[in-house]
Amino acid sequence: MANEVLENSVGLVSPRTAHFDQALTLACGRVLSEFDLVYETYGELNADASNAILVCHALSGHHHAAGYHSEQDKKPGWWDACIGPGKPIDTNHFFVVSLNNIGGCHGSTGPKSIDPETGKPFGPDFPSLRARDWVHSQARLADLLGIEQWAAVVGGSLGGMQAMRWSLEYPQRLRHCIVIAAAMKLSAQNIAFNQIARQAILSDPDFREGRYYEHNLVPKQGLSIARMIGHITYLSDDAMAAKFGRDLRSGNFEQGQEEDVVFQVESYLRHQGHTFSDNFDANTYILMTKALDYFDLAREYNDDPVQAFSKAVCQFMVMSFTSDWRFSPRRSQEIVNALIAADKQVSYAEIEADQGHDAFLLPIPRYLDVFSAYMNRIKAES
Amino acid sequence: MRLDLTVIEQWIKPQSRVLDLGCGDGTLLLHVKNKQGVNGLGLEIDAEKITKGIASGINIIEQNMDLGLANFPDHSFDTVVLAHALQAVHNPHLVLDEMLRIGQEGIVTFPNFGHWACRLHLGTRGRMPVSKFMPHAWYDTPNIHFCTVKDFEALCNEKSIRILDRAMVSEGKNNSWLANSWANLFATTAIYRISK
Repeated sequence: MANEVLENSVGLVSPRTAHFDQALTLACGRVLSEFDLVYETYGELNADASNAILVCHALSGHHHAAGYHSEQDKKPGWWDACIGPGKPIDTNHFFVVSLNNIGGCHGSTGPKSIDPETGKPFGPDFPSLRARDWVHSQARLADLLGIEQWAAVVGGSLGGMQAMRWSLEYPQRLRHCIVIAAAMKLSAQNIAFNQIARQAILSDPDFREGRYYEHNLVPKQGLSIARMIGHITYLSDDAMAAKFGRDLRSGNFEQGQEEDVVFQVESYLRHQGHTFSDNFDANTYILMTKALDYFDLAREYNDDPVQAFSKAVCQFMVMSFTSDWRFSPRRSQEIVNALIAADKQVSYAEIEADQGHDAFLLPIPRYLDVFSAYMNRIKAES
Repeated sequence: MRLDLTVIEQWIKPQSRVLDLGCGDGTLLLHVKNKQGVNGLGLEIDAEKITKGIASGINIIEQNMDLGLANFPDHSFDTVVLAHALQAVHNPHLVLDEMLRIGQEGIVTFPNFGHWACRLHLGTRGRMPVSKFMPHAWYDTPNIHFCTVKDFEALCNEKSIRILDRAMVSEGKNNSWLANSWANLFATTAIYRISK
């Protein structure tokens, strides 16, 4: 943590754990008799609790969205580009809540947690989850924090899906819904990539059908490959060309050279996979990718997104990135078009960016400008 | 505010739903929102104008109308405005069709290329007019479909578009009766309220 970055950072933060002992019935029909949510907050809740922002995380995210846990931390939270004093989600004004979703592996109840019925970790028996389960558990957290209505629910990617689900499940409990680089449902191609990722994990001999904790094993190889596949879909062809090109990490193409040729991109992906497999849980990865695959905003509304959004009361801001091919601008336009047809208040910005899906995490000037412009409107009313 | 916008606001009903195609930074929509409680939505492609408009409280969709407006349902707006953009779209006639499919009424404004100054410029100098209102050189201009008052009314006639109202604006305070009497010669900006 360098001193110069603290100027516009929320600084040192620490997570808290909320325990909920009222049972949560999940969309799959199973019940979590009790659960924990780990969360962080930034900024101060005002007297009438009208300045609260909920940040929903994406596939591999967690509660640590901004600031640093210790002075030794090299990197801030995952959305530090957008959360902090003077940033789009301005902590000088807003009270920001960021949590680790249930099913996660960063402290909230998930596959690594002990199943109170068996006394052993849930492992692969953790109930299957949908975005709405997260929304319902987040509503419990809002109750606990005394937040009757969010000024905004905000999320990118899978986080954006939760934000949209909020607008339908609790229409009165949010004034704004900010949906970034998301989609109303996954395409066959999206599901296909998730399937390869899951197969990589399942085929790792150390996975042991998800009971690797009991054997003191970690399916690192499978998880690492799963992350490498995912990572490619977060970048664009241009971004990879710019970052790596065909540069070599080692070896060369001279005649008589024995050393293997390793491209920079190979080394980078292996590093990403390796780091991820040290910090993430394989069962959680399977659970989260399935929740993504199952998400379909309009399924229960006769597959009609206009009918779905007609339940919403809040205002919407939708953003996409031109080079994002995981959830392309077309997917965001579908959201916008459904909102227009449902006669909802909506703004939409399509940000020129060559960083692919990952752009939503990055400090791209136009993105920050238009995001701030919209958030300032929310400031004016809270 | 631009002169044509002050005329347009008089034709917009309070509390109505208005779509502004090429809304810029949302000046018109903000004005009619504050003054008449209009529920507006703007379309724009310029990033800075979008940000400025959103900051001011206007909802704007980043969308290029040259790529179609099919995402807007039939009769989903009371009024669809196309202010100073007709001359800049690829297919003005198709945009007019779309405006009157989406809205009950349309309001169109455009610079009148039949204005005497344009004619004089072209007639005496033999060059495409460049003026304060049309500041671009012919090879580098967003205005690719200039027309005259007569041209526009002929197109409306051809497409059976009804002209409900028209107002002509001219530079200079004493020119408005001239502009309304001999529009095609004296109006710098033509403003129409149309329907099917």
